[in-house]
Amino acid sequence: MKPLALKSLAKKSYLGLIYCLLYFPILVLILYSVNNARFSLQWHGFSPRWYGELFHDRALWSAFFHSVMLGLNASIISTAVGLLACVHLFLNRSYKRRSLFAMLLLLIIIPDLVLGVALLIFFNVFLIPLGFFSLLIAHVTFSIPFVVLTINSQIHTLDPNIYFSALDLGASRHKALSKILLPMLWPAVLSAFLLCFTLSFDDVIISYFVAGPDFSILPLTIYSLVKAGVTPELNALCSITFLISMILVIIAHRLTRKSS
Amino acid sequence: MKIKPFSIHFIFAWVFLFGFIPLCLVVIASFLTKDHVNLVSLPLTFSNYKELFSPLFAKVFFRSLIIALMTTVCCLLLAYPFSYLLAKSKHKSVLLVLIIIPFWTSSLIRTYSLIAILKFNGILNVILLKAHLINQPLSLLYTNFAVITGLVYNLFPFMVLPIFTNMERFDFRLIEAAKDLGANKWAIFFRVFLPNTSGGIISGCLLVLLPAMTLFYIPNVLGGARSVLLGNMIQNQFLVLENWPQGAATSVILTVLLLLLLFLYRHHGKGVIH
Repeated sequence: MKPLALKSLAKKSYLGLIYCLLYFPILVLILYSVNNARFSLQWHGFSPRWYGELFHDRALWSAFFHSVMLGLNASIISTAVGLLACVHLFLNRSYKRRSLFAMLLLLIIIPDLVLGVALLIFFNVFLIPLGFFSLLIAHVTFSIPFVVLTINSQIHTLDPNIYFSALDLGASRHKALSKILLPMLWPAVLSAFLLCFTLSFDDVIISYFVAGPDFSILPLTIYSLVKAGVTPELNALCSITFLISMILVIIAHRLTRKSS
Repeated sequence: MKIKPFSIHFIFAWVFLFGFIPLCLVVIASFLTKDHVNLVSLPLTFSNYKELFSPLFAKVFFRSLIIALMTTVCCLLLAYPFSYLLAKSKHKSVLLVLIIIPFWTSSLIRTYSLIAILKFNGILNVILLKAHLINQPLSLLYTNFAVITGLVYNLFPFMVLPIFTNMERFDFRLIEAAKDLGANKWAIFFRVFLPNTSGGIISGCLLVLLPAMTLFYIPNVLGGARSVLLGNMIQNQFLVLENWPQGAATSVILTVLLLLLLFLYRHHGKGVIH
């Protein structure tokens, strides 16, 4: 019995070690962000003062609002476009399914860097100024495959005949969609929306290429600060950003799991 | 019965216009000449590709490949036993969510969080000094070690997820059967378990290897002057040197490499099935 117990302990500690390694740096980051000292490694007591200083930084606020606005717009557009496509593919046997999925797969496997470069060239060729709209187009483009994947995996647990019976019973198409299909899909839709938002809110690589000087967004602001070095204010900023995306991801995950 | 037909045309139009066409433009741009006024100009040329065979590029490429390969090997060695334990665990779903969370959150922030641990008077050095394993602090930050640590830390979930998915589908009764037929531990692992999970290993390696060459901000944040990856090179060519055709050619080579690996993977995958 003893070697077995030892073995199970070893297994548990390996799992535990990996999770520690994964979350330890973030934990350290959050701890330092509330440490009452600028340069010290030692613990000097809890203080929210670095968060207070962030609060007065107007450039940071504007970048934050830009990011939220961009994230909301990008997620609304990509979720809507993706949802329409998924519903269409679900109810109709479309010959376009294969080519659509091939293109989406291409978007997923292409490195972000190459997509960023490609969009930069595209915006230059078609004289689209770099700024809000270039970022919006880029963010919708890289979110769409994730929306389709999320909603598509959910929609296949449903029976298309539910929709067609509603039509047979006299519901209009609009009603059958809004009263029958969408209520069953909304957890997946919301989850796709939240995931898009976090993707957009955290994206560095693609935004780096297609952002303009007049429209600063949070991840790029963080990037320029990170390159300058470690400060407690930056720790605070990163902790907030990390926690926001973590909460959204957990909600998104719970939504899809509950419904399936 | 038809839903309004434009619902699918819209996504088609979007993906085609903002996904497919830009990617074609990269290929076109890679054959053009650098121009100081318009960034690119007409005479078609292969010189951007010829340039890529120069010793300087070859050096960056191989360094990048070695860093990416080391990252992949580290990820695999850590993730393979981990995925096995995960697939066997009773609390699978919770543990899985904890692995997926980093996948969706900002990798820049997670990279930044490593600085406090790796820096000269950082936590790792303090711990090693306290444990009397070293006499003076090691300079870990701004080295290739830091870059690989950062890459492994960021890409670990990409290795775990495919291997885990594969192991979860593995029929563990096969191991019992092998035991009954008299196989020893090594034979069970190398002739039953490993071949059956090789699909997951290969997809995991692809998902780690390729991003490892392109995540340009990790070397920028954690690496030194010598840690230049392919991604940093493309970034420099576009935004610092403003040599777009050269950057486009590098991107094309990167993409071709990727498609080649994927093709080999599919080919291999088919071989396994038949």
